[in-house]
Amino acid sequence: MTDLLLDMTDIRIEGRSERRWKPIINGVNLRLNRGEILGLIGESGAGKSTLGLAAMGYTKGGCRISGGSIKFDGQEMVGASHNTLRKLRGARIAYVAQSAAAAFNPAYKLIDQYCEGPVKHGVMGRDEAQRDAVELYRKIRLPNPDQIGFRYPHQVSGGQLQRAMTAMAMSCRPDLIIFDEPTTALDVTTQIEVLAAIRDIVREYNTAAIYITHDLAVVAQMADRIKVLLRGDEVEEAPARQMLSDPQEDYTKSLWAVREFRREAPQAQPEGTGPLVEITDITAAYGPIKVLDKIDLTIPRGSTVAIVGESGSGKSTLARVIMGLLPPSTGQIKFDGTPLPKSSRERTPDLQRHVQMIHQMADTALNPKHRIRETLGRPLEFFLGLKGKAKEDRIRELLTLIELNPDEFIDRLPSELSGGQKQRICIARALAAEPEFIICDEVTSALDQLVAEGILRLLDRLQREMNLTYMFITHDLATVRSIADKVVVMQHGVIVEQGTKDEIFSPPHKPYTELLLSSVPEMDPDWLTDLLQERGDILAAKD
Amino acid sequence: MNAILSIILKRLMVGVLTLFIVTIIIFGAVELLPGDIATEVLGQAATEESLNAFREKYDLNRPLHERYLSWLGGAVTGDFGISLANQRPIGELIGQRAANTFFLAGYAAAIAVPIAVVSGMLAALYNGSVFDRMLSSSTLAAISFPEFFIAYILILIFSVALGWFPSLANVDVGDGVGERLYRTFLPAMTLTLIVLAYMMRMTRAAILNLLALPYIEMAHLKGMKRWRVIAVHALPNALAPIINVIALNLAYLIVGVVLVEVVFVYPGLGQILVDAVSNRDVTVVQAACLIFAATYIILNLLADILSIIANPRLMHPR
Amino acid sequence: MQNFMNNLRDAPVSAWIGIAIVVIYAVLAIGAPLFAPFTERASVGVQYHPWSAPHYLGTDALGRDVLSRLIYGARNTVGIALLTTALAFLLGATFGLLAATLGGWFDAIAARVVDVLMAIPPLIFALLILTITGTSVLSLVLVIAVLDSTRVFRLSRAVAQGILTMDYIEVARMRGEGLLWLIRKEVLPNAAAPMIAEFGLRFCFVFLFISALSFLGLGIQPPTADWGGMVRESAKLIGFANFSSWQAATFGLAPLLPAGAIALLTIGVNLIVDWVLHMSSGLKE
Repeated sequence: MTDLLLDMTDIRIEGRSERRWKPIINGVNLRLNRGEILGLIGESGAGKSTLGLAAMGYTKGGCRISGGSIKFDGQEMVGASHNTLRKLRGARIAYVAQSAAAAFNPAYKLIDQYCEGPVKHGVMGRDEAQRDAVELYRKIRLPNPDQIGFRYPHQVSGGQLQRAMTAMAMSCRPDLIIFDEPTTALDVTTQIEVLAAIRDIVREYNTAAIYITHDLAVVAQMADRIKVLLRGDEVEEAPARQMLSDPQEDYTKSLWAVREFRREAPQAQPEGTGPLVEITDITAAYGPIKVLDKIDLTIPRGSTVAIVGESGSGKSTLARVIMGLLPPSTGQIKFDGTPLPKSSRERTPDLQRHVQMIHQMADTALNPKHRIRETLGRPLEFFLGLKGKAKEDRIRELLTLIELNPDEFIDRLPSELSGGQKQRICIARALAAEPEFIICDEVTSALDQLVAEGILRLLDRLQREMNLTYMFITHDLATVRSIADKVVVMQHGVIVEQGTKDEIFSPPHKPYTELLLSSVPEMDPDWLTDLLQERGDILAAKD
Repeated sequence: MNAILSIILKRLMVGVLTLFIVTIIIFGAVELLPGDIATEVLGQAATEESLNAFREKYDLNRPLHERYLSWLGGAVTGDFGISLANQRPIGELIGQRAANTFFLAGYAAAIAVPIAVVSGMLAALYNGSVFDRMLSSSTLAAISFPEFFIAYILILIFSVALGWFPSLANVDVGDGVGERLYRTFLPAMTLTLIVLAYMMRMTRAAILNLLALPYIEMAHLKGMKRWRVIAVHALPNALAPIINVIALNLAYLIVGVVLVEVVFVYPGLGQILVDAVSNRDVTVVQAACLIFAATYIILNLLADILSIIANPRLMHPR
Repeated sequence: MQNFMNNLRDAPVSAWIGIAIVVIYAVLAIGAPLFAPFTERASVGVQYHPWSAPHYLGTDALGRDVLSRLIYGARNTVGIALLTTALAFLLGATFGLLAATLGGWFDAIAARVVDVLMAIPPLIFALLILTITGTSVLSLVLVIAVLDSTRVFRLSRAVAQGILTMDYIEVARMRGEGLLWLIRKEVLPNAAAPMIAEFGLRFCFVFLFISALSFLGLGIQPPTADWGGMVRESAKLIGFANFSSWQAATFGLAPLLPAGAIALLTIGVNLIVDWVLHMSSGLKE
């Protein structure tokens, strides 16, 4: 018996758009042995999910496999009958989707959905499947494994659902599981539990897997081999350790390099300027739900303060409070020594002008019907009263400042820009008001890493040139390391810890900060193993 | 379970409140008449005595809220007062006619609903096929053609040219069910054609929306048979939108019946309403409007409650 | 505008058919006196003249020329429907956009009122009000415009609410832009496509609604030529249709002419609406 499980050769996949077939995958080869885990990485549009689904002989609506061969355990899948494929899917090749909340049917209990596969594929009877489900729930470390299966999907948290989905994929003991970004939607502290659970169970049953992700550090923990994709083409493939330590291709090297961006020299602080923003005792609520509790924070002039926290920590709410979009119930915000009125409506245009905000999703932050000229021209007109030639000249200056060619871009609509370009326009719009203080709300998290790095470098340059002060909201600690002077850690609406970057990133830590910091995956392939070992030791010591 | 009960109760209360406000509107609208009903009916030339006699007879001298309450109390028990035009009790006038109207609407619904739901599902399943495209074009015709256009074409074909069905649906109290179904076939067909295409299109859209969801893809990737994906994974989740579609169209049927009754001279509530509007027989108009509006509101209320029950998230709260 | 011309060039055949139908109707309606061979109201021939010169579509029971009445009918029926729709839009869209943008108690009250008004089927509501106001053209237009504005209110409010959740609105609000700017510059341009489509749909609804009322004898009153009314006047003739000869057949088809005229215009508008909706959904990608 050969070890080769999956053999995809010269795969070509096309998608239909605007009445034409356009290539998505252009002739990629993929081989996978039994029990092996292949990491498939690439930026958005690389075609990694499409390729992963093709390993099941499946394409999304509007796509088709136009060439190549997919042999699973010796059986050709391209051109195979629907029934043949159907019998393989779920039984011998299983799938774990990105969003477990969306991929579980809301009308049925978890355990019913677990049992459906084994019963319908004739692997085992209903009672046996149910006992097996509880067994697997236990192995995958779901809390309360005897009962959790009898809940409906919306009654279970995201991290637990993702584990339940992995258990479901395992229900027929398949030879191969496709994991399609299974932890992307999760917070870092949750992600680590899911990663550990997935890795253990796959090893225990010696299941082969294709692990799709855009996160290099995650793939480093999971994969034996790594394949890099770029716009439907393979860039390179190598065993994981070799790929991490010694990438061959320039594109791969550039992906690795992103991780090493650090702001050049620490900011030369202007003497005797003091704090620009002082936040004292801010408490805010959405209706009856309190989201910020007694926040105290000062932001020094010319520095970058990073606010770090997971979803629900209140970090974005803090931005809304500062901008006056959500008036706080108590507390005060001083800007440059002057108290700010609570609501933006009560603030003078001049106060508004000094504080600007850049949103996470540049897509929704630009009016799709406004050309760049209008988007940038309006704040110039509104705040500075610029008109005619003066306005036009300033728009061009701003475009040059954000490294976009004015002649080329000034008449474009947002739909004619790439993601990174849109975010640059948002930055230019903030700069148009000639602010002193800019709040950056997850400005890089919707972007691919290379593009995100470009944005960070731009923000850094602008800060040095214009002596700007940033409040940088993010969940990504790598970003914090590269750009922050001061770090504030938030959890459940309170500040857990704050200090200079060096203070926060070097021990001793507060427990939550410790958890957060240690949960961020590192490029070291042994990181997850070591970490779990370490945490296990701590628990053991407590017992 | 308590959460869903309280949601349903809340919805019920909103429904009852709406109905209550609607009765006020229907009753109060008449008070907007310049002068009052008496001068309106008897004309400007009427003497003060005859006006007073009229007011006495129709109880118009009591204050507004008292009259409203006694009207409402009567309406609940089926007593709608006396017709201005022919002095007969309205309950007697419209009782049988209301039954006829509900019979016709029910007849049309019995044909339209099963056909619409099944063919809507088929169209979703074979999205983009010839059948699907035919359905889209027929929807265009159905929403574009006035009811009477469809009715006259049906009459022309099935009554005048082929002579299969009568063009007048003049049923009598004594007619048996078979006779009634035969006589009212063309009006029922007209109503069916009006709502059918629309209902099919909405059913199709409800299912198509669902088929694009990740959990349906997941069911395919678990290797489930195609019919199982539709029947077991999609249908339970499509129930709420489909129930809404049906209720919306039933409500539309109840109203659309007015025109069809006039075309086919069918002795229903719609015809008496139209006659009463021409004669400005205010009390009859009030009674008929109340019945139509109440039916419409109750059907919509029913749809809302059923779709709340069909939602697993509400049925099984955290 | 240039964008629009580009779209027009790429328009599918169905949209072109729709545009052609609407243009022909518009030309006929505007130039009715030029195109109609006879006048609208006067008896100009014998009763029930068959389809032959000079009455190409015959005459009605009062000896009026049917073709002329059809052409004038375009002017009357379509004109009144257009006026009513425009009024409904002015009312519904203004309140809808305001309610969505202002939010708070204004929004809550407006939405409640519309909920109650929409709880009564429009035909029934219209019949109730027309009983009281009588069937003049003015009351017809006002009643239907108010009733129909509830639908416009719902749609424009929903569309605006969708747009208002966008971050670019937040950016404008943070800048301190006024209400007028928000609605005019930020919301309206993005709401244009669905609103245009809705205008078409509402027009169809109003047009069919007025025709239905006229057919019931409660809408536009004779002797003004109106398609719904013409169907009513000639309805009984259909029973006499007889396909043995051309003359007998055309005699019975009399009610189908105005009814068909109504249907054709509605189809034309719907074809354009489909195209506009398709375009706007395509732009979102």
